Amino acid sequence: MLSLLVFLPVVAAALLLLPGVSDRWARWCFVGVTALETVLVVVMWVGYDSPGTGALAYEQQRSWIPGIGASYHVGLDGLSLPLVAMTCVIFAACAVFALAERQRPRLQAALFLALQTTCLGVFASADLVLFFVFFDLSIVGMYLSINGWGHGERRRSALMFFLYTFLGSLALLLGFVGLYVASDPHTFDMVALAADPPLQGSGATGVLVLGAVLLGLAVKTPTVPFHTWLPPAHTDAPAIGSVVLAGVMLKLGTYGFVRIAMTMFPDAWRDWAPVLIVVGIVSVLWGALVALAQTDLKRMIAYTSVNHMGYILIGLGAAGLLGDGSAATDEARRTAISGAVTQMVSHGLLTGALFLIAGVVWARHQDYGLDRYGGLATRAPRFATLFVLAALGSLGLPGLSGFVAELQIFAGSIATAPAVAVALLGILLMTAVMLRAVQSLLTGPVEGLSSDFTDVRTREWVPVAGLLALSVLIGLAPSFLLDVIEPAAQSVAALVGR
Amino acid sequence: MSAGVSLGTVLLPAIVIGPALVGALLILVRTRLVAATAGWVGAVTVGLAAVASVVPAVGGATASTDFMLGAELGVTTSGPAAVILPVILAVAALVLLAATATTETREARFTGLMLLFTAAAALTVLATSLPTLLLGWEVMGAASYALIGYRYPDRRRVGSGATAFLTTRAADLGLYLATAAALAGGTDLSLSSLASIEGGWRDVAAAGILVAALGKAAQLPFSFWLARAMDGPSPVSSLLHSAAMVALGGYLLLQVSPLLAATGWADDAAAWTGAATAVVLGAVALAQTDLKQLLAASTAAQLGFVVLAAGVGATSAGTAHLVAHAAVKALLFLAAGAWLEALGSKRLSTLTGAARRWPALGLLAAVALLSLAGMPPLALWATKDAVLAGSLEHSLALYVVGLLGSAMAAGYAVKALVILVSHQPDVAPHLDEEEPGTRTVSPRATFALVPLGLGAVALGLLAWPPVLESLPGDAPLAPAAWELAASTAVVVVVGALVASLVRRPSRADGRQRGVGARLVSWLHSWLGLEALVAAMVVRPVLRAADAAARLDDRVLARGVDLAAAVALRLAAATARLDDGFLARGVDRFSTGTLQAAHTTARGDAGLSATVSGVALGARRAGRLVRRSSASGQLHVYYLQLVAGVLLTAVVLTVILLVGSPR
Repeated sequence: MLSLLVFLPVVAAALLLLPGVSDRWARWCFVGVTALETVLVVVMWVGYDSPGTGALAYEQQRSWIPGIGASYHVGLDGLSLPLVAMTCVIFAACAVFALAERQRPRLQAALFLALQTTCLGVFASADLVLFFVFFDLSIVGMYLSINGWGHGERRRSALMFFLYTFLGSLALLLGFVGLYVASDPHTFDMVALAADPPLQGSGATGVLVLGAVLLGLAVKTPTVPFHTWLPPAHTDAPAIGSVVLAGVMLKLGTYGFVRIAMTMFPDAWRDWAPVLIVVGIVSVLWGALVALAQTDLKRMIAYTSVNHMGYILIGLGAAGLLGDGSAATDEARRTAISGAVTQMVSHGLLTGALFLIAGVVWARHQDYGLDRYGGLATRAPRFATLFVLAALGSLGLPGLSGFVAELQIFAGSIATAPAVAVALLGILLMTAVMLRAVQSLLTGPVEGLSSDFTDVRTREWVPVAGLLALSVLIGLAPSFLLDVIEPAAQSVAALVGR
Repeated sequence: MSAGVSLGTVLLPAIVIGPALVGALLILVRTRLVAATAGWVGAVTVGLAAVASVVPAVGGATASTDFMLGAELGVTTSGPAAVILPVILAVAALVLLAATATTETREARFTGLMLLFTAAAALTVLATSLPTLLLGWEVMGAASYALIGYRYPDRRRVGSGATAFLTTRAADLGLYLATAAALAGGTDLSLSSLASIEGGWRDVAAAGILVAALGKAAQLPFSFWLARAMDGPSPVSSLLHSAAMVALGGYLLLQVSPLLAATGWADDAAAWTGAATAVVLGAVALAQTDLKQLLAASTAAQLGFVVLAAGVGATSAGTAHLVAHAAVKALLFLAAGAWLEALGSKRLSTLTGAARRWPALGLLAAVALLSLAGMPPLALWATKDAVLAGSLEHSLALYVVGLLGSAMAAGYAVKALVILVSHQPDVAPHLDEEEPGTRTVSPRATFALVPLGLGAVALGLLAWPPVLESLPGDAPLAPAAWELAASTAVVVVVGALVASLVRRPSRADGRQRGVGARLVSWLHSWLGLEALVAAMVVRPVLRAADAAARLDDRVLARGVDLAAAVALRLAAATARLDDGFLARGVDRFSTGTLQAAHTTARGDAGLSATVSGVALGARRAGRLVRRSSASGQLHVYYLQLVAGVLLTAVVLTVILLVGSPR
């Protein structure tokens, strides 16, 4: 069933490329397939039973490249299932939003369906080679999306994105090869590598190899100072490209931290933990501060991603500080990991909503300038309601998913590393960032480009409202999500503590 | 389980969820029917909730569901909540009733926001755990932002909402810290377990909650946001700055009074901050020339008594004061709103004689102001003396400062009273300065004030020792006769003094000089706190943001470009050294890729070509790899891998070289 979920979109993409498929049909096929994927993932969610430490649900393994110990091995656990579900939801939202696409819709639908397969593949992979193949193919897909459907300096931004993240992935590959070489017998199997970390106790070697992995993931996530590809990529990407890039593809990096780096390098992760916490704190503050100075809506949202990814790094880093090993510390570490995974899901939903909203702005006037608009609360009240709700979610207001994530991260991290309290200022800065955006776009007299700004259409507000509704659901009744994440977070905490 | 308890257990969540749902619907659903009935729907919804709240308040009820961090999303009426919840809902219902008298404040969006706010305030009061408290607490803050800045086209008012939200949220970070401390301290994050945390984390928890509560309660040094909050429509101030939000800052401290006491320092810190705010903000109120500003400063000062009560452990007295103040202040803000609507200004000079012009409203306001002044036997006289009695048990110095605070209260309340009941001038200055006045006061608005007026008179009963002891929390000793005499004397003397000063005609040109004048203008500006925060915090942060953004663009991003350029040059050098074989392959590959990219951009079979190209390449590579690894020549495989990595890197640089549009 998992393989069906992963490969259904790419099969549909291939069919869409057949000659004679009309644009209209392609658009609705995009919607239909992503909706079907969402239904599938809901069914899988309902049937999901926490598999326990080191095991996977919906597991499937076939021989692939036996010579190097790589196999087609997929499966889900409490870390990957929420992200797989989030990915399906995001792509479905994109499909609905793309109903208005006029520029080569058939090709775009095919590209995004293929992209969905690669993203789902990364989360489902239980083999490093498979993981890497999907990981790199997703970069190629996003490159094509920005290059083919972007605006502004799209070629340059796409190329910068591609080179930067591709080079990052090479560092990742270096780390994978290091793991492979050290393992005995040689294997790329993630379950085996996590069960018996080959570089455990190897001292500097483990620290160095993990360093390569961390570098690759830090570029992908991105964290300061490797984040500079993100703003141009987002600014020039098409709306749904940005949504997938920020909503799903940034999580490929953060997911790598918790799935690969933490479980396969436990002692080296503990050595790196203080560095990661510092990088996380810097990302939180730097991302929010730079966002505060932006005058371009999309660049601003892009920098808030740097802030939000910083929280994840803080939580995961703090989980590597064992402290006195007391029950309270262990619970704090678990909480921090659970918060980090929740943040991955939450950020996907909220940033997805924000970038779709930015897409609405672009569709009206091809201008992201915050100061070019004003009074949209009067001119386009439905648009304003959606934007305010997304902004409140992004600034971590309780009642939306961001709060559930951030409170867990902060509670868990401050309990293990009190210095993390500095990063609380990030919450305040984010509040300022979002209020500033709300005020310049929505309030004041109707002026500038606002005067003929039409309110959101059905195919625009439905996907945004859907993402926000999920965020509110998680914000008010998070149990359904936390019940899945928490056992996995506990496993990771235990694995890191080895 | 008796029938009453189970009914309460059903009603209690409904009291929060009902108004929240109706509020959300009023905001989201835009039909003519909703627009026409919103005001009444809101008033009735909250009215029903207020009536329903009596059942759980009397019988006691608790309800909960799973939330996060192992803590529950729980509500309970144990503790002061049993008294405060019905009061908040009743005040909210009356405010919403009065709000239906004005077009703007019966709009669906306004009513919806007020309902969301009310639900959040109710949740804050009832919360059993820190995460639940944060949910109510911060949603309340966000709703206040939208309500204070309700006139969206006016950027200044929206800015005032942002000031309120940002200031209180800065203080709210304390609650995040307290949550972390509670987790580290091994508790279940319930509010009642906080006092049992061991060691340093208990201090962190207490400090965090103290800061958050002082921020919401507009105590020093956070008071300034309340001045800006007066830009909101009057019903907003009537609810947010009397019974809810600001009041709930004091309420939280009453609730965690055992935690404050357990630390051995936080209780003193709270008591002294409260007492100092009562005096200093009392002086600020005295210096105001605008009725709403006077009332706002008075709110901070009156909350000072509640915070003082929490600090000295006189929690039942604090609860009584909170409740009595809620009725008094809700009435006064609504009256100020009615006059603003009628006269188009809230300046005291414009309002001279307003009480005579609208006698029913004037009488109600006069009673409330006398209560605010602490005149026996009205409500705030009794409750404040109960708080002062509690502070005397703690320390004489605190009592004296508290008494000074009540002198200030007498001063500003009498000042407003004397102006309102004076003879009207022939021509009132500044008429219609803020908005065109209607010159009428709606009977509905006046009617809604009657129950509040009764409260302003009679809620002092709460401080009557037999009642006070039945209130949740610790009751202080009843004030001695001399204490009552002392506080009454203070009110009478200060009141008479202020009355004579106010009645004396001011200097003809209005210009005043000297230290006294400078002091007055400093007090008038709320101690210049907002300007101070702007200069010390806001502007430096904005400057830092600009600098960071420049650094990000010019150094970090540029650094990457530079690295790419260096890589390019290196690649070029390598290519020159190469025998050409690699370069040709690279050329072919890159041309192919470029073509594929161009084709894709034109939008045709390019994608499939690329895909099949990649697939073909992968298959070939796979065969190669399989051959080498199968034959056990792993070193060959590694060589291929390294070659592959290098090849890719070179290809990419070539793409950069050829493809970069610069």
